[in-house]
Formats: sequence, structure tokens, C-alpha cells
Amino acid sequence: MKFTGKVHKFGANIDTDAIIPARYLNTVDPSELARHCMEDADQEFPNKVKPGDIIVADKNFGCGSSREHAPIAIKGAGISCVIADSFARIFYRNAINIGLPILESPEAAAAIQEGDTVEVDLESGKIKNLRSGEEYQATPFPEFMQGIISQGGLINYVKEKTES
Amino acid sequence: MGMTISQKILAAHADRKHVEAGELLNCRLDVILGNDVTAPVAIAEFSRLGLGRVFDQESIVLVPDHFAPNKDIKSAEQCKIMREFARDYGIKYYFEIGQMGIEHCLLPEQGLVGPGDLIIGADSHTCTYGALGAFATGVGSTDMAAAMATGEAWFKVPESIKLVYHGHASRWVGGKDFILHAIGDIGVDGARYMSMEFTGEAIRNLSMDNRFSMANMAIEAGGKNGIIAADEITLAYIKDRVRRPYTIYQSDPDAVYARVIEYDVTDLEPVVAFPHLPENTHPVSQAAGITLDQVVIGSCTNGRIEDLQAAAEILKGRRVYPGLRLIILPGTQEIYLEAMQRGFIETFIRAGAAVSTPTCGPCLGGHMGILAKGERALATTNRNFVGRMGHPESEVYLSNPAVAAASALTGQITPPWEV
Repeated sequence: MKFTGKVHKFGANIDTDAIIPARYLNTVDPSELARHCMEDADQEFPNKVKPGDIIVADKNFGCGSSREHAPIAIKGAGISCVIADSFARIFYRNAINIGLPILESPEAAAAIQEGDTVEVDLESGKIKNLRSGEEYQATPFPEFMQGIISQGGLINYVKEKTES
Repeated sequence: MGMTISQKILAAHADRKHVEAGELLNCRLDVILGNDVTAPVAIAEFSRLGLGRVFDQESIVLVPDHFAPNKDIKSAEQCKIMREFARDYGIKYYFEIGQMGIEHCLLPEQGLVGPGDLIIGADSHTCTYGALGAFATGVGSTDMAAAMATGEAWFKVPESIKLVYHGHASRWVGGKDFILHAIGDIGVDGARYMSMEFTGEAIRNLSMDNRFSMANMAIEAGGKNGIIAADEITLAYIKDRVRRPYTIYQSDPDAVYARVIEYDVTDLEPVVAFPHLPENTHPVSQAAGITLDQVVIGSCTNGRIEDLQAAAEILKGRRVYPGLRLIILPGTQEIYLEAMQRGFIETFIRAGAAVSTPTCGPCLGGHMGILAKGERALATTNRNFVGRMGHPESEVYLSNPAVAAASALTGQITPPWEV
């Protein structure tokens, strides 16, 4: 899976209340959640995000609650991939389970800037900054996790496996 | 090479004699938990598998506690999805309004979790049950869905950080302060992906309620789980509660730790976490004088009987500061009833507090005490992120129940020995 998108840059410890505030957790509709995605970190984000855009963030992205609504809101907003210095563990697991591509790369997270356009190859873990020409290498996922992401999430993956 | 308690529990649930940090395991689960926010997502995903049955009707626990009693129509619809699923699939442990409590107060109280268990919950504070010597960790709804189908989940065996607490804490200092102090030290990602093992003299002397508060906040340091080896205090607590077999594990003397951190709690003051991260910790004396609009005592961190007792001892015969709103939420119906029998509820109401039925409510900005723009609260809860309790421009400070009660009397953050 390869993506090219424009970058929205965020800082460290972006928590799940910032990604999707609890006041919106009375629904599970991805498009409704997307309308409030990241609004407590950047109120304008839901208006300016375009399908295919990429989020780049500092360490511990997605810390806090186990709410799967957080990666669902990001995916619903059309974000193709999240790159971070590091991810909080439940968010990491949830993102893979719902099929939201994510990559961990401290180098990429430090160097990439707001508004840059980057190219991501999920299989190899290669990230290229098309503005600066710099390349960064993230650790690619083990095969079974890539399988989960390419099937669009854990449930599709389990279904596929049990039916085949 | 020896193993930690956490590694032993994972190994036992994967039929392995030995495991090492970094290995991926597929493990059998003892308990799978969901609530009214996370279970509806899990139920939708589970339904897509088209199975028509869950793997075991007695291993799944469903608790409507976050936006329940239903705070609005949308929440009512979410709770209804969970209630109907529990009925249709014969889920034994569904707790209706009137029997329910905040999930992480309720499950240990009802004896549904015990030492040596492997537990996943679609709620980040599932790590609370580590206080019983169980391996308990938060997951998302899709993991919950897959687990309801298979009774299994995959885990990466975590490294462990050992936190050793020495000394004897003073009267106003407890588990909440121990864990806030550690989070302030190592940061909100200081234990990311890792197991936090709490040991030492000060932990051995700690009551179960205080141990629950500690394990509860392991996630606030990014921990995968927090764990305390079961001892006689644990056994006294689970006696007459846990009705199925359990196993007590100890870490091997030669277990390998990523890090060992030692604290002496003898001179530790109650700790207050300032906005907007639990790692922004200060001794209460440095927080003195910060004015407050609201104080919240409750939550899965500090909604247990000893927490209410600490508050009642301070509030007895006194009145809440004029204009300040004190909201107290007992963690379960049983805790509520005991607090009533022991006179705490009357103390709270005479002091001018609002006492609520059990709910997560204001902790996550749901209902029962939302903050307006510019308002400031002191809460015994676990998170003080931007907008956590309401408006993005409101502020939440975190403390133990004694500091919260003392502060409710003065209208500003106050050390309990000053009232």
C-alpha cells in the first residue's frame, strides 16, 4: 500500500480526548465522528483536512482512552496514514485493528513540517518527503499485521481466514 | 532467566513454560469487558462475523456506566444496543441500572476478577485489576469483538519496570499519591508498552482500595498493565467474592527488568497534577491557593469506600465553600449503600454536596458536572487532558480524596491538615 498526501503536523502526547472529545462518543457514525476529529487540538482541522492527507506527530500519539472512535474519526476524516515519533499502545492496536495505516519513525516525525507532501510505502516502511527529498525508514509491520491493514481491519481478516 | 509476574500469567494462558519480552503470543482470556461507549462498536463488529453465539456467556461482562443512566437520546440508543445484545446472547454478567457501578469498582467487588487472571477490557482503565495480581489491560472495541468470538487475543510479551516504594507514608498520603508521584517522575509515556510492577514495604502496607487507585493509573504512564503480587491483603479481599479457582504468581528473583525505580514515601506530600497532563505533578503545598469552581470525588480511581471515608472525615460537621460545587459519586451501589449505613452520605448532604448514583459521568466530560469555559475543577479522577471535563478552555487538577474534600471547604486547593 502506497500513499501520497499533504501533512498536518501535531505535537507530543496528543490524547484521545483531543482526537475525539468524549462529548461526541454517544455516536459511532464515522462521518459524524470525523466532523469533530482533532477539534480540541486544532479547531479548524475538520474543515481543512482533505482525503488522502497525512498526520505527522511527535511522541505518544493517541495516549489516554481505549476509545476506538479515535482512529475511526481519523480514518473517517480521510487521513490515509499517521506517522509519529511513537504511539500509545492501545491506539496502536486499535489503528491496526480498524485498518488505519500507521508508521513509527522518530526521524520522520522530527523532520517533516506542516504543509509538506510525503510519500509512504507501508510494505517497506519507507517515507519520502517530496519537499526536501529526504527519506526515512520506519520499521515495517510483521506480515500478519500488514494482512490485517490491507483487509481493512481485524474482523475482515478473521472472516477471510475462517472462510478460506 | 526468570520471569516477571506479568510474563508468567501470559505464558500460562498460552500453555507455555517460558516466554521472553518481545514474543507475540496468542492467549486464552478469563474475562472480556465492555461498557456503553465501547461495547456498541464491538457488537457491530462482532455481528459482521455472523456467528450467532459468543464463545462463552459467563466470561463476558457488560456494564452501562459511562453515559448511564442514559444522559441523552443517543446514549440511550447505545445502552439499548448493549442491553439487547446481552439478552439475545445470554450474557450472564450484564449489570442493569440499579445494580451497576463504575466497571472497575464493580468487577472486583463482585468477585468477577481474581489473581492470575488474564483480562482484557474495552476501556483503558482495565489495568485496575492488576491490584489483585491479575494481568489486565485495555484494548479497543475490535479486539473485544474478536475476543467475544474466540475467547482469545494476541499479546506482545511486555518488558517490565519495577517500582519499589520504601518507607511509611504519612496520614494524608496513599495510593493515588504514590502513582501520581511516579507518573510525574517517568512521564505520561515513561512506561509505554511496558508492565509496571509495584512492590516494596509501602505497597505491602497499602489497603486494597489504595492498590486499586495505583494500578488504575498505570495507563497514565503509558503502561500496558500495572500489577501488585497478591498477598494476605488480597486474599482477605477476594475471600467470599471470587468463587472460581485462581493462581498467585510471584516474579522470579532473577526476573529481568527494563528499569528499577526506588521511591521513599516517608516524606511524600499529597500530590496534585496540574493541567493538562497527569505528569504535571506538584506537592499539594505548592498548589495551595489555586481557586476552584468545582470539586469531584469519585471515579474508577477514587470512588471506593475508603475514598468516601477520607472525604467524610474531613467534611463532617462543615459546609462546602459558598459558590463551590462539590459532586460525590460512589463507585457502585454496594459502596453507596455502605456509605449510607456509615453516615457518610448524610455528612456529604449536610455539608452541601451533590451525591450522585454511580456513573463515570463528569470524569470524561459526559454528564453530572460538566465545566463551562474558564472554569476550574479539582477531581479525584485520572485524567486532566484539555477539555476532559467539559469546555476545551476549562481546567482539571487531580488529587487524592482528602485533598479534594479539604479544598471543597476552602474554595481553593488546600492541604488536608489545614482544615
